[in-house]
Amino acid sequence: MRKKSPAREIRVQIDSRYEFIDLIQRMAEDLCRVAGLARSAALNLGLAVREAVANAIKHGNRLDHSKRVIVIFKVASDRIVVAVRDQGKGFDPQRVKNPVAPENVYQNHGRGIFFMNAFVDDVTFTRLRSGGTEVRMEKRSRERRPGGASPARASMRQGGKAQ
Amino acid sequence: MKTKVRMVGKVAVVELSGKITIGEGDVVLRDEVNKLLESDQKAILLNLNGVTYMDSAGIGELVACYKRAAEAGAKLKLLNPSGRVSDLLSLTKLQQVFDIYNEEKDALVSF
Repeated sequence: MRKKSPAREIRVQIDSRYEFIDLIQRMAEDLCRVAGLARSAALNLGLAVREAVANAIKHGNRLDHSKRVIVIFKVASDRIVVAVRDQGKGFDPQRVKNPVAPENVYQNHGRGIFFMNAFVDDVTFTRLRSGGTEVRMEKRSRERRPGGASPARASMRQGGKAQ
Repeated sequence: MKTKVRMVGKVAVVELSGKITIGEGDVVLRDEVNKLLESDQKAILLNLNGVTYMDSAGIGELVACYKRAAEAGAKLKLLNPSGRVSDLLSLTKLQQVFDIYNEEKDALVSF
């Protein structure tokens, strides 16, 4: 039986500045290669991570440069998990409106979480004890591994849990 | 992101190139469209062929420009969104909102 290699972890901490978003997005896309994910999957995760970091800077830390955004990448042989933490006051993801509902389609904002849900397999929001929010995104390899289980189906799940 | 405006008859064709993302291209796009509306331009065609990347902020700015144009009595239409940008417009159901053209000549006669 094939033994899975342990996940490798990388932690990055940035100031709340938009100019760092590109860097984090590139890291996400490059690490997808390490995890054996396809190019299209890397682009999808890259956009989801971009949106999560942008939200953390803008809505979580409210552009306060003294507040940090922490990004944790966990890279395994068949998946990558990215957690994005801010130091804001938290929010209720259930209150985010559906941007493709007819009454919301003309809104200027509110598509970031929609993109996260669309482009990764799982998204969860957790309110941290410290007061901020953690967005956890998981992207799995679609390729069937010899002797392994069939790949999990993509889901559009979005849930929040309080600590 | 860079912009270049050329007039074809009464239509201002705005050539966009580069990324339209948060804090970067979205501001450039906003400023360019505002400038055209302030100069009483009533027909604006945004050529997205050179747009290499867009995020939700870029998509949001396109919608904001569309609404500002409508409020000013102007029309704003889109030309040639590339594959990925086109996918995002479709996913967000904005292909039903914007008039989108693949050929410039078709877009020009539509105003």
